[in-house]
Amino acid sequence: MDYELKFSHYNEYSILIEWPAVMDENMLKNILNYKKSIQNSCVESIIDIINTYNSLLIIYDYTIDDIYDEISRLKSLKIEADTNEESSSKLWRIPVCYDDDFGIDLEAFSKEKQLSKNEVIELHTSAKYTIFFIGFLPGFLYLGGLNKKLHLNRKSTPNLNIKKGSVGIGGNQTGIYPKNSPGGWHIIGKTPVDFFNANSSHPCIFSSGDKLQFYAISKAQFLDLEQDIKNNQFQLTPELYA
Amino acid sequence: MLKVLQPGFFSTIQDLGRYGFRDIGVPVSGVMDSYSAQFANALLGNAKGSAIIEMTMLGVKFQFLEPTIIAISGALMNPKLNDEPVSQNKLIHIQPNDVLHFANVKKGFRTYLAVKGGFKAETILGSRSMYPSVTTQSILKKDDYIIYEPFQGVEEALSKVKYQDSHLESNVLEVFKGVEFDKLSENQKQQLFSNGFSVSKNNNRMAYQLEPKLENSLKSILSSPVLPGTVQLTPNGNLIVLMRDCQTTGGYPRVLQLTEKSINVLSQKTLGNTIKFRLKE
Repeated sequence: MDYELKFSHYNEYSILIEWPAVMDENMLKNILNYKKSIQNSCVESIIDIINTYNSLLIIYDYTIDDIYDEISRLKSLKIEADTNEESSSKLWRIPVCYDDDFGIDLEAFSKEKQLSKNEVIELHTSAKYTIFFIGFLPGFLYLGGLNKKLHLNRKSTPNLNIKKGSVGIGGNQTGIYPKNSPGGWHIIGKTPVDFFNANSSHPCIFSSGDKLQFYAISKAQFLDLEQDIKNNQFQLTPELYA
Repeated sequence: MLKVLQPGFFSTIQDLGRYGFRDIGVPVSGVMDSYSAQFANALLGNAKGSAIIEMTMLGVKFQFLEPTIIAISGALMNPKLNDEPVSQNKLIHIQPNDVLHFANVKKGFRTYLAVKGGFKAETILGSRSMYPSVTTQSILKKDDYIIYEPFQGVEEALSKVKYQDSHLESNVLEVFKGVEFDKLSENQKQQLFSNGFSVSKNNNRMAYQLEPKLENSLKSILSSPVLPGTVQLTPNGNLIVLMRDCQTTGGYPRVLQLTEKSINVLSQKTLGNTIKFRLKE
């Protein structure tokens, strides 16, 4: 698939590449392949590449002298990337307890959407979400694929202390709070899984392009799992997803 | 070791930032004013990325437990060593139990204390820069101890370069056009460059909000990459300049982008200070 790309300089040491401004899974693959081929090009001066729905921002550790030269080098890597498209990814299954003690807004959310709590849980756990990118907070996943029946605008008054692991819905998005933080999403459950661990050399085990599905667990299972995670006796392993 | 007797308003340990983790949402962090911080490190002959203490606005007091050499740079805070005034931007020889005290800021907003060899705070994900949820500690507290290698001996400043006082006085921020700049109306563009703006009370290591608001009808964009120095325009017309601890992605139109030098200039501004944008070609 050919996309019309726009290359521009962002500041003295960064180049922005933009795809059309849409959320699209095929385009995501195109973006991630390109990111990979830039990373594999072993240019040591590239220190970070931020990917989002429709952009790559390539950050160098020095001022780019000849921007046109660098852009044409990047363009040549694009041709290479498009000939090596890969399509398989990982599927992560994430346990979530939808008990009222954790899903503090589930009751109100269900009423507002005129669904039963079980229907909300069923709809929320049946989808396979796509991790489009990670941003906002360390380890915060931007997930695509929330069922339209669960779309609901953010709360008008944010909750000042949403607990780490809380699973929420805001607008057309669902997501997990990787740490305690304020936020305006409707909290419908909680996972004991860590989404960010600064003390690991691989602090976030999830990657853009991976799939993620929630499954419901009881409060007792949640507490057991929480203990196992604390004692390093639980490891999340992904399935291969074609 | 250095003992924190009074942590002041907001003091942290910073280096030049945390690289390689922005695609999992980890902010780059690092010293707000890299010019002043690197000036102090250069005087001591330290490596560029040596960890340094960043102090904000007022009232910090430290006690050194081992001999070393230090340099102070950035905002003018009337430092005193054992109650005797000492100069900024010069080497200062330290004996065990010396007490270094900073008064309220006279000019600028952030002052840097560098020590010979750098401070040895914990390194997380390749950086010593403090940031909540990444480092164990996100701010210096009373009675904290910070490690440095003792150094005995007398040295001359290795750098003969003079600190540019104009750095603290400048109020012109050089900018590039932001990604969404062309979506602005002619009237908005004119307001951006002909009016001055002042720093609102919402200013910290994450972002500086400016006043007054700009008339605006631009809507939010699809969440996209941002960097320190990105100037966002919110739907209700607020101009927000992202700083070193900013998020990695954002959903507001990116109307301008500060140069690296201008981020340093803005880092020395506080509530009520005025700035002007100037387009860099």
